[in-house]
Amino acid sequence: MAKSNPHKTEKSLSNIGYTTPVAEHPSLDEVYEDTPFSEAFWTYLNYVLLNIFGWFRDLLRDARIENRKGSAENNPSGFVPLYQSYESFYTRNVYQRIADCFNRPIGSVPGGTLDLVERITEDYNWSFNFTGNKIKSINLGSYNYLGFADNSGQTADNVINSIKTGGIAVASTTQEFGTLTQHRKLESLLAEFLGTEDAITFGMGFATNALNIPSLVGKGCLILSDELNHTSLVLGSRLSSAVIKVYKHNDMNHLERLLRESIVSGQPRTHRPWRKILIIVEGVYSMEGSLCKLPELIELKKKYKAFLYLDEAHSIGAMGSRGRGVVDYWKCDVNDVDILMGTFTKSFAAAGGYIAGKKELIDHIRVTSHATAYATSMSPPVVEQIISVLNLLLDANEEHEGRQRITQLAWNTRYFRQRLRKMGFIVYGHPHSPVVPALLYSPSKIAAFNREMLKRGVAVVTVGFPATPLVLGRVRFCLSASHTKEMLDEVLKHAEEVGDLLNMRKSKLNPKRPFHETES
Amino acid sequence: MGSSMTRGDIENLATDFYGLLESFKHAPLYHISFEIFLVLAVIWLVVFRKPRPIEKKLTEKEKQDLIDEWQPEPLVPSVDPNHPALNVRVLDGIVGKTVEIDGKKSLNFATFNFLNFVGNQRIADKAIQAVQKYGVGSCGPRGFYGTIDIHLELEERLARFFQCEEGIIYSYGFSTIASIIPAYSKRNDILFVDEGVHYAIQKGVEASRSHVKWFRHNDINDLERLLAEQEVLDKKIPKKARSIRRFLIIEGLYVNYGDICPLPRMVELKYKYKYRIFMDESVSFGTIGQAGRGVTEYYSIDRQKIDLISSTLEYAAGSIGGFAVGSSFVVDHQRLSAQGYCFSASLPPLLAAAAIEALNIMEEDNTLLFETIMEKSKRLHKKLLSIKGYIISGDEISPLKHIRLTHAFNTIGRLEEIVQFAQTRDITITVARYLNDEHLLPEPSIRLILNVEMTDEELEFLCAVLQEALVKVTT
Repeated sequence: MAKSNPHKTEKSLSNIGYTTPVAEHPSLDEVYEDTPFSEAFWTYLNYVLLNIFGWFRDLLRDARIENRKGSAENNPSGFVPLYQSYESFYTRNVYQRIADCFNRPIGSVPGGTLDLVERITEDYNWSFNFTGNKIKSINLGSYNYLGFADNSGQTADNVINSIKTGGIAVASTTQEFGTLTQHRKLESLLAEFLGTEDAITFGMGFATNALNIPSLVGKGCLILSDELNHTSLVLGSRLSSAVIKVYKHNDMNHLERLLRESIVSGQPRTHRPWRKILIIVEGVYSMEGSLCKLPELIELKKKYKAFLYLDEAHSIGAMGSRGRGVVDYWKCDVNDVDILMGTFTKSFAAAGGYIAGKKELIDHIRVTSHATAYATSMSPPVVEQIISVLNLLLDANEEHEGRQRITQLAWNTRYFRQRLRKMGFIVYGHPHSPVVPALLYSPSKIAAFNREMLKRGVAVVTVGFPATPLVLGRVRFCLSASHTKEMLDEVLKHAEEVGDLLNMRKSKLNPKRPFHETES
Repeated sequence: MGSSMTRGDIENLATDFYGLLESFKHAPLYHISFEIFLVLAVIWLVVFRKPRPIEKKLTEKEKQDLIDEWQPEPLVPSVDPNHPALNVRVLDGIVGKTVEIDGKKSLNFATFNFLNFVGNQRIADKAIQAVQKYGVGSCGPRGFYGTIDIHLELEERLARFFQCEEGIIYSYGFSTIASIIPAYSKRNDILFVDEGVHYAIQKGVEASRSHVKWFRHNDINDLERLLAEQEVLDKKIPKKARSIRRFLIIEGLYVNYGDICPLPRMVELKYKYKYRIFMDESVSFGTIGQAGRGVTEYYSIDRQKIDLISSTLEYAAGSIGGFAVGSSFVVDHQRLSAQGYCFSASLPPLLAAAAIEALNIMEEDNTLLFETIMEKSKRLHKKLLSIKGYIISGDEISPLKHIRLTHAFNTIGRLEEIVQFAQTRDITITVARYLNDEHLLPEPSIRLILNVEMTDEELEFLCAVLQEALVKVTT
């Protein structure tokens, strides 16, 4: 059933009145091709069959005809069951069938290639045994955008030195005795890198959001959050007791409507004016591969006097000509974004999170954050890793490692996306984002793609419900500066093979072409 | 005769009235029905119709005015520049048994370094080996190639150490218990929580959205009272009560008070009232019990009776992160439902390697280390009690004690003075820091933490300095 107009390119210019100057370098085109009807049909059928089988198997298990695998309660009877049966229905009957695609252990640096620890299952994924072999594969699953995950080299040497001179941990909270000179150095370097007045760092990225949003907003405030925001942002917003309203993903018109309505009608029931309005967005959305529309957001926030919280977990280091994130990419002024947040896990190959902004903001967080008062401070070797990477990225010399990696990642992104699209895959996301989702739709294809690619020596991440909408299962390629052109070509060739096996290359915008024809 | 109506008038009226009735009889049907309808309408309007308020819709101009007039508060309130959090001491080097401040070494009684694993050479060597094999970051959550074989090893070792079926590790101590509680307890469930639990547990309880029943700190009678009340309520709604889960959330050794929970009685009550016990042993892991296995070992209670034990690797183990151990049935659920586990990057391998080596040291040593720390805690407790003018709170075998001045004197200002004075004599201690929105804000105190490698002389010195400080502050 062909659609009458398959060319539905969504230009992200809104009709707000776009005045922030943007060079022609950043692109405004994000394409989200419609789901082909046949795919939707087969996917729903797939789920229905899985449910029927699941119901039937549960019946067999209850009647004790089939052995109940998995562990059992060790309390005597009389206790209320710990899990509702329907909660674990999905886990038992759908997830368990493809559990070998997730939680795969690795035995090496998660670099451009990795060594997967081979495991086999004798009882359909209920338990695994290790064979002792390692499978070398190209790594398209780890968040290693700039390729700094490395066990040798200057950065690793600095880390090893820091373990010798500073120990592994400090065992005290930041407000007590947990602050080392290294932490202060990291914070000032980070502020310099981002171009803000000050910055503060925490030991975990997830906790940075969950524990700091409550210090910024509280009762009587409004949070406007994008539909696809990460769980940590949602948790932080809920813990803050502010009112949360969700707007459609990247839909600036909907956001503006919500802003207008909310300011006019005030707080629910009492109609008192809002104390503060906070708009929470992410730089790069990890499941869609899309970018936030920063210039328009800044315009909106200035027009309606709201505050902007930008979570750059995936975009810091990976976007922008100098690697400084989406603010750099869109060439906006850093001072226009009130709260810049990011993590060190992705591009910096370390662990932790940060918040940067004006000095009053950071001072306030130092005093009121849950994390500074109760959680231990960052581990010194991890801090050293981030400092080394920051120094490399701050180096403006185009010949040196920092800029080389940024350029390499940008080139890899454009090259890979372009060829993948031309081969006929349905690819979502912004053309410059290093997160590349290609649609698979059905849960069985999720498992099949994963296993087939692994047989060919490529480790990919495939995701389905509940991380994505029910019908839109996908494979998500995470590109890295440590991938060479040859590695990408190999991946593309294997993807072509597997794509044909699974009948994936059904894009109407880019009819399927063989690999060697997509060179241009 | 006045203005009374004449007979003729009455007759006229009667005739008129009669005429009216006659006219009704002769009127066409539509006329009569229309008249009846009008009468009924009038009755309805008068009796039944309520006056509807006329809704004034806002005009576009009014909306724009509201939008223009609206002024938000500043993003953050102004902060006192003298707040202690903005004037922390910045340290350098290894913060172990001694810490270097302003170029001088002082004895460290402030950091949670119970077994002095911070700066331990063996642990540092293992961490360096891990960096040379795996690099620093794991670059992904556990579900997507962030599971490194060293994580699996650590989980297995922890489960073995506690003699439980399965273990699970988290990358941040605070997030461990704060993610565990909402994974099991949902909106309709009931949590019985001790009032004195620390902040991370309070946040976990808040995030779960369950009904919370707080009982007085370590007061088992108060807990029984709440349980009995709940039983009475359950009898009224027996069908619904069969789907409400109940949990008891306690700590083995409370960080805010230093005392041990009355676990045996709580386990008895568990089987009577059918709730599950989740115990947080952050402080008691590696410090209490003959082999460092915590409060269950101290009381010789079968660990299988506790549904879940959670703890942290940041205190005794000298690394970063947290973990939980228990039966597979309970622990495995977290791998798909605990937010801090599924949606967060995994622990850097070097920190996991450090924790494994710490476990190695604890297991090799078997009992000496733990006997020593319990012994020294008892001795310190005795010595502290002999200083008049301080109130010592905490169990005698607890390596974590809270020191307060007598009631009227006990202010943060005076405690800070004591801390400053102690620093001048090369003793580092700290005032315990809390946020104001704790459920039950503890009284200000100095949190004293014992490092197992402190010698007797050093403990004597500490008490002498505390005594001097007391004199200085109260005169």
